[in-house]
Amino acid sequence: MIEVKNLTKSFDGKTILHDVSATFYTGKTNLIIGQSGSGKTVLMKSIVGLVTPEQGEILYDNRDFLKMNPRQVKELRKEIGMLFQGSALFDSETVLGNVMFPLTMFTSMTRGEILDRARFCLERVNLQGAEKKYPSEISGGMQKRVAIARAIALNPKYLFCDEPNSGLDPRTSILIDELLHDITHEYGITTIINTHDMNSVLGIGENIIFINKGHREWVGDKERIFTTTNEALNDFVFATRLFQKVKHYIISEGHKEK
Amino acid sequence: MFIAKAFSIPDKWKVFSRRTLQEVTKLGVDSIPLVIVISVFIGAVCTIQMKLNTSNPLMPAYSVGLATRDIVLLEFSNSILCLILAGKVGSNIASEIGTMRVTEQIDALEIMGVNSVNYLVLPKIVAFVGFMPVLSVFCIGTSILGGYLVTIFTDLISTARYTYGIQAFFNEWYVWYGLIKSLVFAYIIASVASFFGYYVKGGALQVGKASTNAVVSSSILILLFDVILTKVLLQ
Ligand SMILES: Nc1ncnc2c1ncn2[C@@H]1O[C@H](COP(=O)(O)OP(=O)(O)OP(=O)(O)O)[C@@H](O)[C@H]1O
Ligand SMILES: [Mg+2]
Repeated sequence: MIEVKNLTKSFDGKTILHDVSATFYTGKTNLIIGQSGSGKTVLMKSIVGLVTPEQGEILYDNRDFLKMNPRQVKELRKEIGMLFQGSALFDSETVLGNVMFPLTMFTSMTRGEILDRARFCLERVNLQGAEKKYPSEISGGMQKRVAIARAIALNPKYLFCDEPNSGLDPRTSILIDELLHDITHEYGITTIINTHDMNSVLGIGENIIFINKGHREWVGDKERIFTTTNEALNDFVFATRLFQKVKHYIISEGHKEK
Repeated sequence: MFIAKAFSIPDKWKVFSRRTLQEVTKLGVDSIPLVIVISVFIGAVCTIQMKLNTSNPLMPAYSVGLATRDIVLLEFSNSILCLILAGKVGSNIASEIGTMRVTEQIDALEIMGVNSVNYLVLPKIVAFVGFMPVLSVFCIGTSILGGYLVTIFTDLISTARYTYGIQAFFNEWYVWYGLIKSLVFAYIIASVASFFGYYVKGGALQVGKASTNAVVSSSILILLFDVILTKVLLQ
C-alpha cells in the first residue's frame, strides 16, 4: 500500500499539485485519471522521486520515502517497476537485452538464470518471437509490452504506469490493460496507472483517483463513476462523442418507456 | 556534483568494463580513419608550407623536417586534433545522452536504482581518455608520413634531408608535453559533452542545440587550457 498525504508541488512559482492525498492499494489496479495537463505525471513522478515535492508525505507500506537516505532510496527502487509514457526502452539494447538489464545490474544470478527469467517475462507479455529485435524495429504496442516485461523482471512490489495505452488502438489498449490487471492480481503488486482513457477506467478501475487542475477531486471505483454528482468528473467521463451519444440515447429511451 | 557522481564506484564492474569496451570502439576506434585522413593532409601541407615560407639560403634544408615534426608534436597531435575530435566525439556523446534524457531513458535508469551519471558518463570518459594516446600516436605517425609523401612525389625537398630533419635535435619532453595536453583535452571533450547531454530539457531540437553548445564550449576550453598548459609545462 502506498499512501500519499498532502502533497504539494510547484514549478516556477506555479502550483501544479495542491495538497493531494490518496491511497493506493496492494493487489489492485489503482487509476489516476484526469485531463491532459492536470498533473498526473507530476504526481506519479513525485511518488517515485523523479520530482521532489515541496510538502507532503509518501509512505511505501509505512516507510517514509521523503525521509530516506540515498542508500535506502536505492534499495526501495529495486522494488519499483515503472512504465514511462514513451516506453523509454534502451535503444542500444535488443528486446531481450532490455529485459535482462535490471537483472544483470541488480542480481547475482548466473547468465543462464537471467536468460530464463527474461524469457519468462517476455512470454508473460506474449513476446517470445521478438527477442533479437531492437526497440526501433517493433511497433508501439510491442514496445509497451517490452517495457512491462522489463518493469516486472525484478518482481516489483510497486508498479507505476504512465499512460500505458496512449497511442495504441482500442483493441491493443484492452490487451495491455488486461495484462496489467492480471499481473497485479497474480503477484499482488501495488499498481498505479495514469490514464485519460475511459476504456481503461471501465475495464480495470478498481480504485480511481480523479485529479482536476492539481486537486484531488474524487475517489471511487468504476461502478460509482457513472453516478457521480461531481461536475468536473461528469464532464471528464462524458467528454467523448460516443459517451455523449450513449447518454443522450439512454435519456431519450427512458422518456419513451414512460 | 555531476563529476562527483560520475566518479563514484560502479554498481557492477563487469557491466562497467563491458560498457567501457563498447565506448572504446565507438569513440576511439571509429575515429581512427578520420584522424588518419586529416593527419596525412595536414602533415603534407605543413611540409610544403615550411618549404615555401623558409626559402632562405642560410637555413639548412633539413629544418623543414624538423619544423614539421615539432609542429606536429607540440600542437597538431593534441590541440588541433582534439578541436577536430570535439566536433565528432563531443557531438556524438552529447546527442546520445541528450536523446536518452528526452526519451526518459535516464529516468528509467534512475527508477531502477542505477546511478545514471556513473553508468552513462564514466565509461565514456575512461574510454576516450584512455584511447587518446593511441589516436595521438596515429596522428603523429601519419602526419610525418604525409610530409614524407611530399618529399617523394615533389622535388621541393629531398627525402634524405627530410628524414634527417625529422630525427634532428629531438626533445623527448615534447612528446610528454603533447601527451599530457591530449589527455586533458580528451577529458574536457568527454565530460563537457556528457554534461550538456545530461541536462537537456525538451525534445529533439534541444538535443541538437545541446550538442552544438557542447562542441563550442569544449573547443573554447581546449584553447584556454592549451595556453595554460603551455605556460606551465614549457617554461
Ligand atoms: N519539469 C517541469 N517544469 C515545469 N513545469 C512542468 C514540469 N513538468 C510538468 N509541468 C507542468 O505541470 C503541468 C501538469 O503536467 P503533467 O505532465 O503532470 O500533466 P498530465 O496530467 O500528465 O498530462 P498528460 O495527460 O498530457 O500526460 C503542466 O502544466 C506542465 O506544464
Ligand atoms: Mg502525463
